Amino acid sequence: MDAFFTYGFLQRALFAGIFVAVACSILGLILLLRRDAMIGHGLAHVAFGGVALGLFLNMMPLATALGVAVLASWAVIKLKEKAGLHGDSAIAVFSSVGMAIGILLATLAHNLNVDLLSFLFGDILAIEPIEVWLSVGLAAAVVASILINYHQLMFLTFDREAARAAGISPQRLDVQLTVLTAITVVLGMKVVGILLVTALLVMPAAAGLQLASNFKQALWTSAGVAFLSVTGGLAAAFAFDLPASAAIVLLAFSIFGILFLLRRRKRF
Amino acid sequence: MSEEKEARSSNGTKKALELVRVDGVSFKYDAGPNVLEEISLTIYEGDFLALLGPNGSGKTTLVKVILGLLKASAGNVFIKGHPVEEFEDWPKIGYVPQKATHVDPFFPASVREVVAMALFSRSGASLKKRKEKEKAIVTALKSVGMEDFMGRPVSRLSGGQQQRVFIARAIVHSPQLLILDEPTAGVDAVTQERFYEMLQQLNKQRAITILLVTHDIGVVTQHVNKVACVNQRLTYHGTHEDFCQSEAFKAMLAAGHLVSHRH
Repeated sequence: MDAFFTYGFLQRALFAGIFVAVACSILGLILLLRRDAMIGHGLAHVAFGGVALGLFLNMMPLATALGVAVLASWAVIKLKEKAGLHGDSAIAVFSSVGMAIGILLATLAHNLNVDLLSFLFGDILAIEPIEVWLSVGLAAAVVASILINYHQLMFLTFDREAARAAGISPQRLDVQLTVLTAITVVLGMKVVGILLVTALLVMPAAAGLQLASNFKQALWTSAGVAFLSVTGGLAAAFAFDLPASAAIVLLAFSIFGILFLLRRRKRF
Repeated sequence: MSEEKEARSSNGTKKALELVRVDGVSFKYDAGPNVLEEISLTIYEGDFLALLGPNGSGKTTLVKVILGLLKASAGNVFIKGHPVEEFEDWPKIGYVPQKATHVDPFFPASVREVVAMALFSRSGASLKKRKEKEKAIVTALKSVGMEDFMGRPVSRLSGGQQQRVFIARAIVHSPQLLILDEPTAGVDAVTQERFYEMLQQLNKQRAITILLVTHDIGVVTQHVNKVACVNQRLTYHGTHEDFCQSEAFKAMLAAGHLVSHRH
């Protein structure tokens, strides 16, 4: 525990990790209830293309990935509308294209592979101070944006038709949610990597749903699980020399497992 | 000034405001055939109108066109005198959709949250008005006899109780018009009877105009004061007393399109 007070890199990792994971958990809860959890996975693949582009052009990879993922999220919505595709098909189209671009650029540039690996598997302990502030700022914006539209998002997720009839615009909130997902995925990518970012969106939220009897409880539990996963995961990674991303995700899964068992015990 | 029109109410004794006017509305999905053809009807303040018709006759489509959820391919809908495209006062229209009770069993919403989501999503959750809104939630739940279930997860209620909660959500803004699309599907006969009595109370005591999509002839004979029959076209629109003598009624009864839950 003392290490968190001693080492700057651990403090940065903890600070950014907690903010990003809590944002992921709150957004993830809404995505899960909308049965849209895989959008995070798809946008993470797109972000991989963005990271490769950033490294290829010698620009800040996190910022480039952010731009590419936000653009792709908008394109997913447009493709759904114009091509009459289901959400998962539109996501599949863009995630494949994003991944293909990433592979192409990595091959063309020859020397990108090592840098790309850190984004694939996450490298929170190597987070730069500017990335910490970017992560904290954007994560706070994501949470604020969700909380401002809390009741509308909840209504739309619970009963879309009644919400529309009540004058709530689903288009505006759908766009907002998709863009927020793109931002959150890029932030989560730095914490646990592209391959595991879906876990940050899904597991705390799934854990939060196990025992909650109302939406507020589910939100708080999800955020609590995210907080514990990052704190405990980083501590375990430092103490036992483990990869931080894997430790965070496996701890989140363990908490989910415990809450799942408690739910079963409560029911029977 | 509103352009609301005034007209004679169903009993002809007092003047009633025109809440909804459907004027020559037709509707079709993409290049398909017409689902609705030249429907014209008016709903006046105080009406308890049953919208009847066989399965696939276009009842739900008509409701969605009235609510602006679907755009008519021809004709117009006016709500309180305003074209539906320009109407903004949606809290004054409560709506309980068909299959509202198909609640996701994993959605962690309490009864209070379900009612609150409608109230706060239109007007925010400012602390100043919070007390008033909490009162409105309790009043709405009291109106449907669900005030003791506030903290209960809605997914663990029976179908009839869930339906009451959705009505509370629809009336929490004190709407002028409440639209219910087959609200008692899958609910037992005794619960249905209580449910319709509750609707009648809302209609009479809280002066809420009701448009009810139903197949249940028992409702038509005992609770509503007006009936509209739709089978792609409007086949009847008038009082429930006249409806029972009409050709539309006989035709629907002969075809087995009406059911009765009274024994």
